[in-house]
Amino acid sequence: MDLSAINPVLLIASLMVAATPILLAGIGELVAEKSGVLNLGVEGMMIVGAISGFAVAVETGSPFLGFVAAAIGGAALSLLFVLLTQVALANQVASGLALTLFGLGLSALMGQNYVGIKPPPTGRLDIPLLGDIPVIGPMLFNHDIVLYLGIALVAVVWATLKFTRAGLILRAVGESHDAAHALGYKVVRIRILAILFGGACAGLGGAYISLVRVPQWTEGMTAGVGWIALALVVFASWKPWRVLLGAYLFGGITVLQLNLQAAGVAIPVEYLAMSPYLITILVLVILSKDKSNAPASLGRTFHASH
Amino acid sequence: MIVLEKRPQPSRNWSIATPLIAVLATMFFGGVLFAVLGKNPVEAIRTIFWDPLFGEFAFYYRPQLLVKGAPLVLIAIGLSLGFRAGIWNIGAEGQYIMGAIVGAGVGLAFYPMDSIIVFPLMILGGAVGGWAWAMIPALLKVRFGTNEILVSLMLVYVAEQMLASMSLGLLKNPQGFGFPGSRNLNEYASATSWINQDVGMHWGVVFAFIAVIFAYVLLNRHMLGFHIRLTGEAPRAARFAGVKPARLILFCLGTSGALAGLAGLFEVAGPAGQITIDFNVGYGFTAIIVAFLGRLHPLGILLAGGLMALTYIGGEIAQSQLGLPAAAIQVFQGMLLFFLLALDILTNYRIRLRKSEVA
Repeated sequence: MDLSAINPVLLIASLMVAATPILLAGIGELVAEKSGVLNLGVEGMMIVGAISGFAVAVETGSPFLGFVAAAIGGAALSLLFVLLTQVALANQVASGLALTLFGLGLSALMGQNYVGIKPPPTGRLDIPLLGDIPVIGPMLFNHDIVLYLGIALVAVVWATLKFTRAGLILRAVGESHDAAHALGYKVVRIRILAILFGGACAGLGGAYISLVRVPQWTEGMTAGVGWIALALVVFASWKPWRVLLGAYLFGGITVLQLNLQAAGVAIPVEYLAMSPYLITILVLVILSKDKSNAPASLGRTFHASH
Repeated sequence: MIVLEKRPQPSRNWSIATPLIAVLATMFFGGVLFAVLGKNPVEAIRTIFWDPLFGEFAFYYRPQLLVKGAPLVLIAIGLSLGFRAGIWNIGAEGQYIMGAIVGAGVGLAFYPMDSIIVFPLMILGGAVGGWAWAMIPALLKVRFGTNEILVSLMLVYVAEQMLASMSLGLLKNPQGFGFPGSRNLNEYASATSWINQDVGMHWGVVFAFIAVIFAYVLLNRHMLGFHIRLTGEAPRAARFAGVKPARLILFCLGTSGALAGLAGLFEVAGPAGQITIDFNVGYGFTAIIVAFLGRLHPLGILLAGGLMALTYIGGEIAQSQLGLPAAAIQVFQGMLLFFLLALDILTNYRIRLRKSEVA
């Protein structure tokens, strides 16, 4: 065992990379849940985003177009969730599960011819001055643009929810859809937009796994990250900045256990690989006591009878 | 203008008709999917739904129907109890794995002793393994209010790692020339779950039928079953009627875990034969579709389990004969759940045409 082989600079840099898929999917789900919709299909939307992005990036040679396609792919799958829950008024839990099961199958079908291919590399930003700072430069300022987009998205979502009229309406719809409806807000339309945003974010997160983090395509490669993102929203008690904090925490655990595996710690690999899931459960237990921040209409079907 | 009007009670006729319409719709859109993949849609649908039952080699495939259907029905029966009460155990895959590990572990501990008590003890081990794994989300929900959906699902990934660890370590066959995987339980007469392999009969099939009857009696003739239904339909009313939510959570999750664990044990001691890294094939997730397709009703689940087993077998035939990708069948099964959920609107709402009025 050689723990000194773990380089703290690389550790933090790869922590940020590992956290980004969870962050993107988590912030998208936060917006959907703030509007009162519980979409359990995050895992399905992520994996469809992962293969859509991968396929387009490989075919066009442009990772940028890949990420665009991933967002479209994730949103397209969430459109099915819209049809089920907002048009056909189906149970949101069951519909979300359906979305995940369907998405896993669909992605495997789409990805048949893409196994074992390397995607075009996603370029890193070369930030002058900041990137040249010793230690902190390579740690924080030498990443690809999507990683910073994820952080920016947290700020945008936070500001929108807190300071704008649109954010206020979104929260009103999530807290009491009947009251919002009585005030003349289009509850269903607002929720549809929130679900599509969540789908696009999950798609981006998925593509970040297949294009940057791994980078290649294998079936079921999201391996529960979508579910961890769902847990993250509860962990963050529906607050955007806490999503960032939580994502970095989970990213840190993932990277650390991989580093420990590589360093040959005397714990079997399988037990180390369990740790992100076990810690998710632990965190859920600690934070489950306080549900006061959950949107009051979360998961409830809205049907305007008149 | 189309207006939805909520029915005072779900329509009985529609609740029987919608699964059938959903199956037909899935066949149609599945055919479209197969056509897009460049296969003859009529031939593909016939291969999946007709050939296993009445085709040339049906004598070989019909027993498979029992083999594939039994675990699906066993797991789905357990899930349906919880789903009815709004308790969402979606980690049956993990409970299935743990049941298999514990059950097989018990059997292997006795190897090579020849005794009639070995198999009953393994059954007990399988049930306890699945039950204990389901008790984790149940107790956390009761004690801390933790979301059972997320916890039970996280435990699937933990169970998968446990499976890998077991087949490479503790349960590895000492005479297996270093290959991962346990001893083959089919070669250990006291521990096999087969009754008659030629007709596909193993103890899992027997237990699946017992579970159907048990669930039917419970839901229709027993106070606990009434409480389960009441909690699902009117949680507040259930509270006033004196239903203890904690007891219900422990019962529903525990039962579904035990049944999933049994399914895992019968699979490992029969059709699969041994604990391997890729022992689980997703029955725990497909059973969710089976539960909904069967309308959470025991008899419905029995039929739905048969139909879903058919898509597995037919899917394998279509794979080898038509070159249909394995994932296409997974999409096909997912599609079925979509149509089911979407068509449910007909059960719960009336669709009325109304002239648009001035507000």
